[in-house]
Amino acid sequence: MKPAPFDYARPTSVAEACQVLADAGGGATVIAGGQTLMPLLNLRMSQPFILVDINGIAGLKGVSRADGAIRIGPATRQADALKDATLAQHLPALVTALGHVGHYQTRNRGTVGGSVALGEPAAEMPAAAVALGATIEITSVRGTRSVKAEEFYLGPYMTVLEPDELVTGISYPEWPEGHTVLFREVAQRTGDFALVGMVGALALEAGAIARAGIGWFGMGPTPIRARQAERALVGKALGEIDVQAVAELAVADTAPFDDHHASAEYRRTVGRRIFARTLRETLDIRSAA
Amino acid sequence: MSEHKIDLTVNGHRHSATVEARTSLGEFLREGLGYTGTHLACEHGVCGACTVRVDGVAMRSCLMLAVQANGCAITTVEGLAKPDGTLHRVQQALKDNFGLQCGFCTPGVAITLATVLEDNPSATTSEMEEAMSGHICRCTGYQGIRRAIRQLAGEPA
Ligand code: FES
Ligand code: FES
Repeated sequence: MKPAPFDYARPTSVAEACQVLADAGGGATVIAGGQTLMPLLNLRMSQPFILVDINGIAGLKGVSRADGAIRIGPATRQADALKDATLAQHLPALVTALGHVGHYQTRNRGTVGGSVALGEPAAEMPAAAVALGATIEITSVRGTRSVKAEEFYLGPYMTVLEPDELVTGISYPEWPEGHTVLFREVAQRTGDFALVGMVGALALEAGAIARAGIGWFGMGPTPIRARQAERALVGKALGEIDVQAVAELAVADTAPFDDHHASAEYRRTVGRRIFARTLRETLDIRSAA
Repeated sequence: MSEHKIDLTVNGHRHSATVEARTSLGEFLREGLGYTGTHLACEHGVCGACTVRVDGVAMRSCLMLAVQANGCAITTVEGLAKPDGTLHRVQQALKDNFGLQCGFCTPGVAITLATVLEDNPSATTSEMEEAMSGHICRCTGYQGIRRAIRQLAGEPA
């Protein structure tokens, strides 16, 4: 056995889970898919007193659509979300990003909420939540609160989640039918965390961009929304967009760092290129249509 | 530290046991039940050697706790061949094409390919190769495995 010893609870309701988290006084860790937590436990980088397994809580699974939003239960498996008809129709950008999360075997167990809540800055799910304007619903014995994805992430693996809180839902505002998906990532191997990646959506109306939501991953301590680029795009007719200038603005919002995989300068250069190429391809296709 | 009683089936056989919460499913299968066909290498989700089928779905047994498998039906590599020893067609294809050398990664590879084909008997070469990204093989250079995949997809080797 590699992990340090811990207790294990498998609550069947959110209330029960929150009670266990509150009683543990900060010593509890939530396990959903465990695809990141289990390595951390095995390496003893995480040593909780008690593991709270939320896989037995039926209400935390599945996808629903109501009031202009699509809500994903945090314990929904990535592989199930990937096959979900509602998501395919209404949130294709998220589905595209999901296809790049980990491997076939880890998507079969890993959850959407686990990836969102963990806040790995080079992962696809947090960036997709930020780009698409998602809201994260958080519950504890003290009540329920909602936090915008953009305000949820504080740094690498650091979020506004308190030790007694549980993510109980992720709501993505609806995007108009037929919106355009933007996605590209550069990784060393299939399934690796990206060195640089972008995800987002554009909604077009009468040949002009009506709405834009674009996020970066691997380009800073948190997922980052490309606000300046979004502002430069909205309201523009497809023919009058200066792709290179928008890519420049998009990179201006990032804060990449050097690590042993790539330098900050490399990330900025690649980021600029993939942004420009993805935008150009999208606009070409849309203009031709 | 807590201990838990679990009931599960492995390759159709029922088992009951008491496990410590921190025991991984892979370790329990090997050490607790003797299904040593499942191999553990990295034990942090990188290599894929430990892949088993849980309720019909292929996943890494080092990234799941034994206690979480309570009530589940597990298939390990020992469960792929027929009782009379006839190899599963995935095993046969790996054998025919030198898709293994030391065999350490092979139980996981075989489970993944068998599961992909179970879900979609007409899975294409690229679909099987995509699922293979979750496996590391240090011997074959992957070419033998890719030939086996082409055979499974009914393509010329
Ligand atoms: S032992 Fe499980 S992935 Fe390596
Ligand atoms: S056959 Fe030796 S590791 Fe794959």
